[in-house]
Amino acid sequence: MTAAAPARPMRIGLSRDDLAMRAGLVLLALWLILTLALPLWSLLAKGFQDRDGNFVGLANYITYFSTPALVQSALNSLKVSLICTVIVVPIAFTYAYALTRAVLPARWLFQGIALIPIFAPSLLPGLALVYLFGNQGFFKKLFGGEIYGMDGIIVAQVFYCLPHATMILVTALRTADARLYEAADALGATRLRVFLTVTLPGAKYGLISAALVVFTLVITDFGIAKVIGGNFNVLATDVYKQVIGQQNFSMGAVVGMVLLAPAALAFVVDYLVQRKQVALLTARAVPLVPHPSRGRDLALLAFCGTVAFAILAILGMAVWGSLIKYWPYNLSLTLSHYNLAAADASGWGAYFNSIEMALGAAIVGTAVMFVGAWLAEKTRGFGAMRGLVQFLTFLPMAVPGLVLGLGYIFFFNAPGNPLNVLYGTMSILVINTVAHFYTVGHLTSTTALKQIDPEFESVSASLKVPVWRTFGRVTAPICLPAIVDIAIYMFVNAMTTVSAVIFLYSPETKLASVAAVNIEESGATATAAALCVLIVLTSATVKAAHLLADRYLFDRLQAWRRR
Amino acid sequence: MAGYLEIRGLVKRFGEFTALHDIDLDIAEGEFVCFLGPSGCGKTTLLRAIAGLDPQTGGTIRQRGLDVSSLPPAKRDFGIVFQSYALFPNLTVHDNVAYGLVSRRKTRAEIGRRVEELLALVGLPDSGRKYPAQLSGGQQQRVALARAIATAPGLLLLDEPLSALDARVRVRLRHEIKALQRRLGVTTIMVTHDQEEALTMADRIVVMNHGVIEQVGTPQEIYRRPATAFVADFIGAMSFLSGTFEAPARVRVGALAFGVPPQDGLAAGAAVQLCIRPEDVQVRNLPADAANRVAVSVAELDFVGSFCRATLDAGAGVTLTADFSSNLMRDLGVELGRRLEIALPPDRLRVFAA
Repeated sequence: MTAAAPARPMRIGLSRDDLAMRAGLVLLALWLILTLALPLWSLLAKGFQDRDGNFVGLANYITYFSTPALVQSALNSLKVSLICTVIVVPIAFTYAYALTRAVLPARWLFQGIALIPIFAPSLLPGLALVYLFGNQGFFKKLFGGEIYGMDGIIVAQVFYCLPHATMILVTALRTADARLYEAADALGATRLRVFLTVTLPGAKYGLISAALVVFTLVITDFGIAKVIGGNFNVLATDVYKQVIGQQNFSMGAVVGMVLLAPAALAFVVDYLVQRKQVALLTARAVPLVPHPSRGRDLALLAFCGTVAFAILAILGMAVWGSLIKYWPYNLSLTLSHYNLAAADASGWGAYFNSIEMALGAAIVGTAVMFVGAWLAEKTRGFGAMRGLVQFLTFLPMAVPGLVLGLGYIFFFNAPGNPLNVLYGTMSILVINTVAHFYTVGHLTSTTALKQIDPEFESVSASLKVPVWRTFGRVTAPICLPAIVDIAIYMFVNAMTTVSAVIFLYSPETKLASVAAVNIEESGATATAAALCVLIVLTSATVKAAHLLADRYLFDRLQAWRRR
Repeated sequence: MAGYLEIRGLVKRFGEFTALHDIDLDIAEGEFVCFLGPSGCGKTTLLRAIAGLDPQTGGTIRQRGLDVSSLPPAKRDFGIVFQSYALFPNLTVHDNVAYGLVSRRKTRAEIGRRVEELLALVGLPDSGRKYPAQLSGGQQQRVALARAIATAPGLLLLDEPLSALDARVRVRLRHEIKALQRRLGVTTIMVTHDQEEALTMADRIVVMNHGVIEQVGTPQEIYRRPATAFVADFIGAMSFLSGTFEAPARVRVGALAFGVPPQDGLAAGAAVQLCIRPEDVQVRNLPADAANRVAVSVAELDFVGSFCRATLDAGAGVTLTADFSSNLMRDLGVELGRRLEIALPPDRLRVFAA
């Protein structure tokens, strides 16, 4: 070869746009380090300290693993999570199969009903089960009063996890290529064989993902175990007891780390598995349209009807319970339980705190997530910083809310930390919620950004138009549906979440979901149910408004999509 | 001829893979140059390096005498049309074309006039209020072109601008783009893998393969005098016969010997490829003293419409192709198995070291 290659690659000068974008990326990385990495680091460190902050090595861990009650909780957690996974995935798969591959009447209704649990705090199914099967329940005899404990947790978890698994499996089953089925038919394959050789393999990655999501949800959930767990201890309630009950922060940190392990493991497994997935649906695929088949459709309709009925029954029980004067002795209806002030000092304040927090998380979160994803996607060069941001955005997915909340106590409440001023404010609740749900918003943004032409920025550069202008005039408007999706997702989750924020509220910033836990603890079950119902109503109303706006308003704003 | 664009020693590596080896190229002002080559040859990489979109690993690029090698795209002077057009879907055609004009301190009326002028220029005078999705592929392509030339850049870069269109539209747009380029006199580089496109549109063609330039020349030069076996094979149809060179001007192919133009730089006994285009094979009215006469039989006939492409067997495993017009087919009664006498005119033969 003639030309001696230069030792270092050519350095290209940076335009003002490049500099601004790099600065933005650095700020984003700092934000993620402050709100994610450092709190988790504090948690990790706390596990190696005694109550006074002295380093004690593995002493806490040794204590943990030599305390039979604590180890039992971990085993209980594992057991419940595995059982729920085994129950939920087949139900969700059948339900999703019916939604995507059968001819169902009122399919939209079934799809909507399956989503309802998402709008409820996890406390709600627990309360409903107490009403139905608890010590004074309608069907007490069915369970013989033993609904408190593992069985109750499992039933409530199935309700709570079903929508998550169903959504994943609907997506997996929807991406089917009709040509594969036609080919199988043409080759004379039986229905069972088609199912086993085409349908199941096609949904394989969805199934794995759904199983891991359910497992993680159950093992990290706090509300259900709190309400209906009785003496059946699990990791999540142990963290709460250690920290809130016994003020033993070091042991709380250890339990948090133990809780982090399976969640992180599930995340890593899912990540490794999904990487192997290749696009099943090429541009030339023909979408599969299900044909009527009387026997199959009726059977699946009966199945979906049963599941939908169970979901509605649990929700309905919570609503009814909140309206009944004095369960089970006086069944006349009243709105008195909605007089929240009577049950909890914060009263309606908690509800409006929740609205404020949810709006804050939706606005701040969506802005940070979308702009952040755009920076990570579009900044030229700067590979190391983009890699760091990419890694940090994946972190929350693997970290249970309780664990993150604990980390926040240790990090933000540390005496020397200047950010201490945030502790006990609404801001820290918003910051924490944004961090807790960061991954989904980031991934949604990234997916939306990847779908638009990668050359928009090149065109802008050639036309000498600053990159922020293209962001504002083109990129963000095109991604508007995704941006609204993220905002709704943030709002709903901020309304229902308990796990992280339960460690972070102050009397002035108590949230509705947390108040419900406290009220339930104090024995005012009906008021707790009323608060849960308010949360469901609020988040479901927001979602319904979104759907309506999507249909009638955005359609007009997005006239350019029409051909 | 002052060099408008001078590329010296340009290298581009992706990790271990070298996409461009030591590229030298000069492009004159107002020229229409096509980068032509198979996919993966480095033609798009070279175009993107010129734009600064994917900076080179080494080497220099000078535009109008100014070293732009290390400038970011926003500081270089070019307009670009991508294969996908990259039109902003949420902006009207008018706003798309005006996109680069808005920030240049022009009044609304000025911008409006300029956009009208540009849309008329590309033949879409009344489409300003439509959205890109409401236009056909060919129309979208013209809008992209109008947007790229709106700011009157000194250099127009076209990255496979026609390959997403169907054949008819493509042929029409070839002429329109070429005419527009002549009218504006803007220096233009177009990347394409379609040789017909390159041959009909370019003033000069840069044929690339595996990250190196195989040949630079006018379409006639490239077609008539391919510099390498790759160019000969890639452009147009060509028969290749393996043989040995015999000084000073003969190539032996099996039992046959062909007179060829004198060759420099080939040693006697060197293994060579002897090439001839199908349309250069003579069949009719052979003079008695015609050089390179060969007796062949017709082994295959492929009907291609206006002519037939015949595979001719010269015995001993030597085959070549020839194009026969319908008239010739009829007059000579060409059919499978028919024996023919053909000649390969020495001035049409090309010899490459094997």
